[in-house]
Amino acid sequence: MSIETAKTLNKLNFKLNLSRKTKQFLSTFSGLVVLLVIFSMTNPNFGTTNNFLNVAVQTAPIVLIAIGQTYVLITGGIDLSIGSNIALSGVLAAMLMKANVPVPICILSGLISGCLVGAVNGSLVVYGKLPPFIVTLGTMTAVRGITLTITQGIPISGLPDSFNQIGTGSTFGIPNPIYIMLLCVIVFGVLLAKTKTGRYTYSLGSNFDAARLSGVNIQKSLIKVYMISGFVAAVAGLIMAARIISAPPTAGDGYELDAVAASVIGGASTMGGEGTIAGTLVGAFVIGVLRNGLNLTGVSPFIQKIVIGVVIIAAVFFDRIKRKD
Amino acid sequence: MNNVLVEFKDISKSFPGVKALQNVQFNLKSGEVHALLGENGAGKSTLMKILSGVYVKDTGKTYIKGKEVDYKTPKEAQDLGIAIIHQELNLCKHLTVAENIYLAKEESTFGFISERKMNKMASEILASLNLDFKPDTLVGELSVSKQQMVEIAKALATNAEIIIMDEPTSALTDKEIEDLFSIIYKLKKEGKGIVYISHRLEELASIVDRVSVLRDGEYITTLDFAKTNLEEIIGYMVGREITNKYPRVETKVGEKILEVRHLSAGKAVKDVSFELYKGEIVAFAGLMGAGRTELVRAIFGADKKSAGAIYLKSQEVKIKSPRQAIDHGVFCVPEDRKKDGLCINMTVLENLTLPNLDKASKGDFIITNREKSFAEQMVGSLKIKTPTISQAVKNLSGGNQQKIVVGKWLLRDANVIIFDEPTRGIDVAAKVEIYNLMNELKKQGIGVMFVSSELPEVLGMSDRVLVMCNGRITANLITKETNQEEILHYATQYESKEVINR
Repeated sequence: MSIETAKTLNKLNFKLNLSRKTKQFLSTFSGLVVLLVIFSMTNPNFGTTNNFLNVAVQTAPIVLIAIGQTYVLITGGIDLSIGSNIALSGVLAAMLMKANVPVPICILSGLISGCLVGAVNGSLVVYGKLPPFIVTLGTMTAVRGITLTITQGIPISGLPDSFNQIGTGSTFGIPNPIYIMLLCVIVFGVLLAKTKTGRYTYSLGSNFDAARLSGVNIQKSLIKVYMISGFVAAVAGLIMAARIISAPPTAGDGYELDAVAASVIGGASTMGGEGTIAGTLVGAFVIGVLRNGLNLTGVSPFIQKIVIGVVIIAAVFFDRIKRKD
Repeated sequence: MNNVLVEFKDISKSFPGVKALQNVQFNLKSGEVHALLGENGAGKSTLMKILSGVYVKDTGKTYIKGKEVDYKTPKEAQDLGIAIIHQELNLCKHLTVAENIYLAKEESTFGFISERKMNKMASEILASLNLDFKPDTLVGELSVSKQQMVEIAKALATNAEIIIMDEPTSALTDKEIEDLFSIIYKLKKEGKGIVYISHRLEELASIVDRVSVLRDGEYITTLDFAKTNLEEIIGYMVGREITNKYPRVETKVGEKILEVRHLSAGKAVKDVSFELYKGEIVAFAGLMGAGRTELVRAIFGADKKSAGAIYLKSQEVKIKSPRQAIDHGVFCVPEDRKKDGLCINMTVLENLTLPNLDKASKGDFIITNREKSFAEQMVGSLKIKTPTISQAVKNLSGGNQQKIVVGKWLLRDANVIIFDEPTRGIDVAAKVEIYNLMNELKKQGIGVMFVSSELPEVLGMSDRVLVMCNGRITANLITKETNQEEILHYATQYESKEVINR
């Protein structure tokens, strides 16, 4: 290639490239803004502070699990065990509370259970050399079974008030789950964008072999990613239990797919190598706002599913078209 | 005009912001092999993609057998008798040879696919090419060279008269190249026209009738091969003269830096022992499948060793993963840069610093400024052509990509650097830059292991040659005292009983 054409080509690519992540974020974000404007104009109950806080609280668990799913998707994997993990952490913490174990220890146990399931997932992928889809499909089923077994299928309710505060209480007028969500967004957003852990996560999904031959500790990095996913799922599980003051063993059923949807709308690729936490945050809110807005407008939940399904495909489709040019 | 198969007149093609081709001329006669030459990015692929219908030209005229045509899809190109054999083979590995040959043109009886008919037709084509495998073999079970032959058979099954071969020999051994050339010769005699793209200029002499040279998207010239020579062709390709293709430097050989004793790995490496001294380039020569790549991968910790020991500066070291090798200052530039060397969607910066983040971080946090200065330093000293360090690596040319694969190791203190086929698929000028870099490392007293299948560069660049055959080292030769014939002799010495002289 001539130096001239190479330069032009590179300049052009550079323009598209430098801002690709930002551009994608902005386009998802503008989609969210459009939704907010449309619902605000069509429904007087939508644009209220109260409703916005309500949407945020409802969306918080999706944001949390989508953070984990984004990490896993970036490595080129998928975590299907998220929903079961939500139930396990909630149920485990709740059972310990019922046994009068101090609440902080119960919470810690719930979080550890999530990390452990993640560690099992990661280890099976790394050492067992099994596809992530199969591994997490297995743990999804098995963990759900464990949860149902230890509870005998009955929700654990009557949880102490100090715990319920996590889900139902407010600080400075803003519900607590929102703080927890923002804290996780910041911590895991920075971890992904600014640290070795994050860089290695991208390198695994971009080219596993090259990462290994560049000296990346692939075992440690992958297990860490699945543990992060397990951890945030557990956080989500605890918030959900605290909100309804009860831990049903069926909690979080199907949530793993919401997590995939939020990540993908936010720009993550199921092929690995791509995704950001900021994008995922917006992606989760696109889903949350759609549900809330359609609810308020009186659209049936059945039709809502159709709409969300179309949005997922459309988001990825438009991203693909943009990428072609 | 009746023996001209293809005639391109003033073909131009632009991509957003780039003129890939400007008023390019090209013609292909029946019964000739026409080499299309140029450096990476000169426009060869673009032109061939226009010929095979993948791209549509912006302006210009195309004549096929004297008739002006205007086609827009690969399917239409196929119907006009044009077939392309890609550098990366496009075969379905889980299907049989016959199924691949007749993919999307299956023979059927009463609406059901007839394996029998297809196998019979395929075996006729295979026989005509003197190929010895059966049409019901799974393609995945064939060697790369045989897969290439399947591609050719596939082209013949469409009754193609115009066959484009894009770097067909890049993955073949000399013996396999001979087989390929005899097939090309046969096709030529049958009156087919063959467009031949290759970076291995040395091999052109055996088959090529004419050459056309492109540079920077422009048509430079067309020459009768008999009336020109490689120097002239290279001159046209690069637009300047390359004075020394193999810029060897002389250094004093220092102390022993690496010793490998009785190393075995898998089935491919059997009881290999050798020594490497500071300030020397040792080439590993051999045929495809001799175990050279497997050997260096085992040394680097990329694959498991089954026996043997490695000594660095006379100390035994355990290398079980690439990370451990890196910590010992043993680095590897892998054979396949897209598969093993680069995170192709990530940036120049991210690729250069991937193994070096330990030096650019505090705890887990990456120190952005330090990381940037690392990358900028490397881009500067290796003259990597990229507008910024945040450019995605996939947008760079092959030569610049290769510099990045090399460059990521140069920020660390090295004892041994392994180059596995470092010049494959990059243009002449970039090759010389890689050679210079190897010389630079040699001068710094680093031990350089240089795996190469191209004997001219082995002879041109190395100080010693270790020849491998079937997983064993069969000879340890001083480069200046050896020649191609001797190396080939040892490379094919399958039943070696003589004591290896070391």
